[in-house]
Amino acid sequence: MSQLVAVARRTLIKDLRLEWRSKDAINSMLFFSLLVVVIFSFSFDPTAEESRRIAGGLIWVAFLFASVVALNQTWARELRNQVLDAYRISPAPANSLFIAKAVGNFLLVTLLEALMAPLFVVFYNLRSIGPEYQLVLVTVLATWALVVNGTFFAAISIRTRSREIMLPLILFPISIPALLAMVDATTQILTGESSPWFWIQLLAVYDVVFTTACLMLFETVLNAE
Amino acid sequence: MDRNRRPRQRYRQQSSVLSSRFSVLSHRHDTIHLDYSRVQGAIELVDVVRHFGRFAALRGISANLDSGKLHVILGDNGAGKSTLLRVIAGLLAPTRGRVAVLGTTNLRSVAPQVGFMAHAPLLYDELSAMENLRYFAALYGIYDHQRCAQAIRSVGLDPELTRRVGQYSQGMRQRISLARAVLHDPKLLLLDEPFSNVDVHSARDMARLLGGMRDQGRTIVVVTHQAAIMEPVADESIVMAEGRIVAKERGIPVHLLATQGATR
Repeated sequence: MSQLVAVARRTLIKDLRLEWRSKDAINSMLFFSLLVVVIFSFSFDPTAEESRRIAGGLIWVAFLFASVVALNQTWARELRNQVLDAYRISPAPANSLFIAKAVGNFLLVTLLEALMAPLFVVFYNLRSIGPEYQLVLVTVLATWALVVNGTFFAAISIRTRSREIMLPLILFPISIPALLAMVDATTQILTGESSPWFWIQLLAVYDVVFTTACLMLFETVLNAE
Repeated sequence: MDRNRRPRQRYRQQSSVLSSRFSVLSHRHDTIHLDYSRVQGAIELVDVVRHFGRFAALRGISANLDSGKLHVILGDNGAGKSTLLRVIAGLLAPTRGRVAVLGTTNLRSVAPQVGFMAHAPLLYDELSAMENLRYFAALYGIYDHQRCAQAIRSVGLDPELTRRVGQYSQGMRQRISLARAVLHDPKLLLLDEPFSNVDVHSARDMARLLGGMRDQGRTIVVVTHQAAIMEPVADESIVMAEGRIVAKERGIPVHLLATQGATR
């Protein structure tokens, strides 16, 4: 257990250092999200009430698409110089790698959300009617739902020829329940029309189920040829 | 076209001569009868076959590589040398046959005792040599920075260098890759083309280093085209052609030096 945590910690630090030096993922995600915010705000010019209704969907679809960039980058750097082979022949637990990658992606996407949230508020004139602490809870659960599956399926698709296409093809259909929950929960909180707890609970269950499944299957994925 | 065929025909003729003159391991599946329970080698291969789709990269490899020796695998491009090394390392599962390393077929269980250097450097370009080694050491439960520094010094580099690996020459990256492969003090060292893009002087230094590791009791398997560099330290040479072992000899005989890379 201590080896699992120690290797995961080292791998996470290494990944964050690599990202800090290359800035491959964060730059791509930021520019993509920025484009979505600006283009949609010019296209629709919604009122404050309309914004509250559509913002949930807009925000999470933007983050979902942007996170795909980070997810692909996570594994692409492991394939350069075949570094993944060095991990595979080592006695390090496979799940350490998965946990480190998922947590690293979580931090990156959370950073993106923190940077983009003020822009969404300004461009769409957003103000939450429901309790704002619930938005934090939804953000944490929804972000984990995006990255845990994304990290897992990116590991599968990375060895295919058209991985940029393959990842969304696999990831988006399986993310539909989570996407539905995060969009509805966010909309309920912003509009204050009804309780978002059903959707928050659905997100929590989704996270637990898919995190467990990914941890159980990742070693097979890592050693697949 | 005819000119392209000649070297291969000549090689086949030489291979058949070698097969009759030296301790040959037959590639025919029905002629291999190794008593697996009695074999005491560091690596035991029994009728190993590996397919990539319909292409057979390894066609019934059977061999017993003794422990504490330096084995050199030679052969033309496409002979199956690297595939064989990856099968031994556990990176590729054989389509058929048995692979035992350090006395077990559970290759995962001997991972801490195996060092592997691939054709690619297996290093992160954006990290320095020391940062790379510290990370890979952690995968083996080693957190002693001095050990990483010592591994870098052992291949003739300075651990204080802060340049990123991507900025090093190919030869220096090969040296760091060797340091990575040996830093956990493995009993078995598998090296795939360790001298590619390394100048002859440095390659000889690396070969001497490998000889020293062998003298300390490690088993070393080197896949190379540069037989002459390994000639002073090699205990055994294995010649592969078209996915089969066609000859296995002590040292590297002179006629193999002529056919398997003349780098001196």
